[in-house]
Amino acid sequence: MGELIDALAIALKAGLGFQAVFLALLAIGINVQFGYAGLLNFGQIAFAMLGGYGIAISVSQWGLPFWVGVVVGLLAAVVLALLLGLPTLRLRADYLAIATIAAAEGLRLLFRSVSATPVTNGTRGLSGFNADFVAMAPWDTSRRYPILGTQWSGAELWVTTVGWVLVALSCLLIWLLVRSPWGRVVKSIREDEDAVRSLGKNVYVYKMQALVLGGVLGALGGMVYALGTASANPDQYQNANTFLAYAALILGGAARVLGPVVGAMLMFFIIQFADTGLRTLIGNGVIPEDLLSATDVAQIRFVLIGLGLMLLLVFRPQGIFGDRREVMLDAR
Amino acid sequence: MPADPTPGQPAPHGAHASGATASSGAAPGASAPEPAWRTGDAPRRVAQAALKDLPWEVGVAKPDPAIVVDGVTRTFGGLTAVSVDHLEVQRGGITGLIGPNGAGKTTLFNLLTGFDQPNTGTWSFDGRPLGKLAPHQVARLGVVRTFQLTKALSRLTVLQNMLLGAQGQRGESFLRALVPGIWRGQEQANTEKAMDLLTRFKLDRKKDDFAGTLSGGQRKLLEMARALMSDPKVVMLDEPMAGVNPALTQSLLGHVKDLREQGMTVVFVEHDMDVVRDISDWVIVMAAGKVIAEGPPESISQNQAVVDAYLGAHHDAPLTVEEEDRVLAEAEAAIAREENADGDVIGSETRRQEDR
Repeated sequence: MGELIDALAIALKAGLGFQAVFLALLAIGINVQFGYAGLLNFGQIAFAMLGGYGIAISVSQWGLPFWVGVVVGLLAAVVLALLLGLPTLRLRADYLAIATIAAAEGLRLLFRSVSATPVTNGTRGLSGFNADFVAMAPWDTSRRYPILGTQWSGAELWVTTVGWVLVALSCLLIWLLVRSPWGRVVKSIREDEDAVRSLGKNVYVYKMQALVLGGVLGALGGMVYALGTASANPDQYQNANTFLAYAALILGGAARVLGPVVGAMLMFFIIQFADTGLRTLIGNGVIPEDLLSATDVAQIRFVLIGLGLMLLLVFRPQGIFGDRREVMLDAR
Repeated sequence: MPADPTPGQPAPHGAHASGATASSGAAPGASAPEPAWRTGDAPRRVAQAALKDLPWEVGVAKPDPAIVVDGVTRTFGGLTAVSVDHLEVQRGGITGLIGPNGAGKTTLFNLLTGFDQPNTGTWSFDGRPLGKLAPHQVARLGVVRTFQLTKALSRLTVLQNMLLGAQGQRGESFLRALVPGIWRGQEQANTEKAMDLLTRFKLDRKKDDFAGTLSGGQRKLLEMARALMSDPKVVMLDEPMAGVNPALTQSLLGHVKDLREQGMTVVFVEHDMDVVRDISDWVIVMAAGKVIAEGPPESISQNQAVVDAYLGAHHDAPLTVEEEDRVLAEAEAAIAREENADGDVIGSETRRQEDR
């Protein structure tokens, strides 16, 4: 029993940790693009990578201050969004999906390539860029703090706190936007672009705004991740993270302000709980070694996530916060 | 061309003809068939009277054109979908655009509203050229359209659908959207206007339902009401009555006539000839991308080019009024022959069949 409570505590830490913030910010960005505007961005991780590397390269390679790094990361995300959007947003939705997925893979390969090594340090990645950030913490970052049955380092606690503040501010922003006439136009574009055009709205501009906003939120997520891990490595930014963020968004409920946040927390909680729980059960001998060995757990937890998502789509397609009537309307 | 407005037409047209008589100033009100029409008589007369003395020829100049089309062609590969030399649409009137399937009516609509770009040609609205304008720019000038396949925004409520139609909304810009104080007053005014329109279209009780839950006919109503939210000068309706039950058709017709009464110019595509005769002041007939005839609705059924277009090349087109008229005339001739030859029984039998 004590072990189960430990597993719960560890899972809770994962659900509240900076990885969950990272996923939540990615998912909030995707929510703006996919949930509200109907844009298929399958390369959200590219924006996160630009955010993380924006700080890492500016601080460790160029010796610039931390805040300049933040600005560089955000600008890079805006530029990427414009580059992806300019040619594709006038076309059908699929083209953006293709362009973004290619950009995400291409950028990662570019950052880890030999020719980019002088700037990105290739596959070895960059580190030691978060000192300025950690120094801003109002508490002693060299101590460890016990919270909810788990130990948090001071720096980790600081990144996480800042991360959740960012999530809260992003949610506030999205909430303000989607209840405004701007949000109404964006949601209408998701339903039918031509109808919106025929009513005198410049659809292209709205789609671009949604793409840039979502990309900037993704970049913020990447920054939180880079600061949390204190390193930036191209292979941390695998495109699987984009799809994990989609899963979190659908779990929480798309086109809902808090959907992606709760989805991301729950996702990490479940992954971590399945991981620790299964390992504990195997260690106790409750699950025999022949059936499942401790080394398989890493894969099995994703199988469980997949199973969970399938059940979700069958029994609650709208996600946790969604409106079932709305989801059932899809037939136009 | 024969300038005799068809004596002895079937019932719906008879009503129309009496309206026309009233409009020319003789004995007003003496034979007004429906009270609903009376309110709309005055503006109706303006457009119809203006068009009364025009020759019935393709490309004829209108006294007060809202839309002028010149040499517009659109080809898809080897197929010429639209090739219109000259076309004018009278301001403040209801212009019907008819033609067999594939005649290029919807393509012409798309071209006029910026949804498609032509290969050649110019066209203008109120003297302002519309070439190279994007759809939303055309809409902002006051030319708003609806679609053949209704585009209700399913996962928005009916009221949100309506509010989307309002123009010049301050809250639609990204930064101003973040400060509700800037747009709240405008939003309130728009909501009131939307509710007025919804009440007129009898959708007010549905205002909080998702548009996706409406029936096909209600979606048509919603789409028209939404277009009116933008205070358009020209309303272009692509098959507004398609798939709508007869009761709702009557109410839709009433709304279209209302538009004219409010001084809007209406262009609509329609296949139902009864509807076309009932409401249009002027009819343009297209076939194979060209305008083959235009004139008041009475003139169209006698036009040989129109009859050929419908019956000659397109046997699969739905039965039209022209066709019915022709069959009826033949039947009557046959009856006359039969009666002369004392073949009474067979003759009346034929007529009953043809009349349906």
